[in-house]
Amino acid sequence: MSDHDHDHHHDHDHSELSETELRVRALETILTEKGYVEPAALDAIIQAYETKIGPHNGAQVVAKAWTDPAFKRALLEDATKAVSTLGHVSRVGDHLVAVENTPQRHNVIVCTLCSCYPWEMLGLPPVWYKAAPYRSRAVKDPRGVLADFGVSLPKETEVRVWDSTAETRFLVLPMRPEGTEGWSEQQLAELVTRDSMIGTGFPKTPGAPS
Amino acid sequence: MNGVHDMGGMDGFGKVEPEPNEPMFHTEWEARVLAMVRAMGAAGAFNIDTSRFYREALPPHVYLSSSYYKKWFLGLEDLLVDKGFIAPEDVAAGHAVQPPKPLKRGKFTVNDVERIMVRGKFGRTAPAPAKFKPGELVRARNIHPATHTRLPRYVRGHVGVVERDHGCHVFPDSAAMEAGENPQWLYTVVFDGTELWGPDADPTVRVSIDAFEPYLEAV
Repeated sequence: MSDHDHDHHHDHDHSELSETELRVRALETILTEKGYVEPAALDAIIQAYETKIGPHNGAQVVAKAWTDPAFKRALLEDATKAVSTLGHVSRVGDHLVAVENTPQRHNVIVCTLCSCYPWEMLGLPPVWYKAAPYRSRAVKDPRGVLADFGVSLPKETEVRVWDSTAETRFLVLPMRPEGTEGWSEQQLAELVTRDSMIGTGFPKTPGAPS
Repeated sequence: MNGVHDMGGMDGFGKVEPEPNEPMFHTEWEARVLAMVRAMGAAGAFNIDTSRFYREALPPHVYLSSSYYKKWFLGLEDLLVDKGFIAPEDVAAGHAVQPPKPLKRGKFTVNDVERIMVRGKFGRTAPAPAKFKPGELVRARNIHPATHTRLPRYVRGHVGVVERDHGCHVFPDSAAMEAGENPQWLYTVVFDGTELWGPDADPTVRVSIDAFEPYLEAV
């Protein structure tokens, strides 16, 4: 990109954003002046989202399920209760449901109506999860959507799509990668990707470049 | 409502395009919008279903052409004006020129942040026994409420199997309209892809929704 193009795009983006930015700032001013919110409380919410939640929480849950059969059973039975027993994972809300991938069945999570997502386990959803291409096609052509992620499944595998239409939240328990016998929970957690817990990806393979 | 937000099964939106190393927020204002929505909801200005309804009620061309957090902002502003927490004069001035309206739970302060980082509880005591049990066939009703509903269009009229019973939950269709929690039984209902999309659909696909009892009828 030439310098000219760069400047052009920069100015364009800037002017487009600033209208929304000004309106957002004005609304915050109004809410603050009315005594509804403290700006410091908004800062603290943002900081909590940035530091307390994220896919590392889900990855620890998955890794524990891979190494501890009793925990796995408990997780599949009542994920909220099972995750609540892990002190080091962020607190989790009610109605979390873990669904297990097997050689016979691959699970995919979507919210066709908005953006419902297990954010305590995975952090805030990525833009693609909230956008029309994923929301429209995941329920009608899930294999086509998976192909957009470079994911291909055997043709006989059942593809089970969970549309998050209520306050239940779904977490995919992916299959443990081969070649990880004897690995610690911590080592295993590093193989667990965000997308593998949504069902649009697989865990990393041992030894493969990340 | 049969809005553009109800996207399941629509064609023409193109490929999914994941963004490598996507940041949590793309601009600072996105984070402020998220925080304002969470704070005002927690302070009692609205419930989660009402906030969803206001985003769904954005004009279709606005919904489809706005970024995610832009939709959140527009829905929040409309909602706060409609419920009287802010006035059009405040928005026009960019400052509070009208007096505030009391919030159900009072001002949102730093002490409230921790409690909102855990999702709310939506389970409620059952007012009546469940009508359906796992394994039963049910049909998603052919209903088209013009207000908020969580029954997506693509399952209406189709037959599925009750797979799980989640107990009784706040009913979004009522809560969104501020008509009370009206708790209802909630089930995971699973449909064959061919039932939803016709005989040419991929026979390995099964799709479930979580359906409130009023969305379902016995087959």
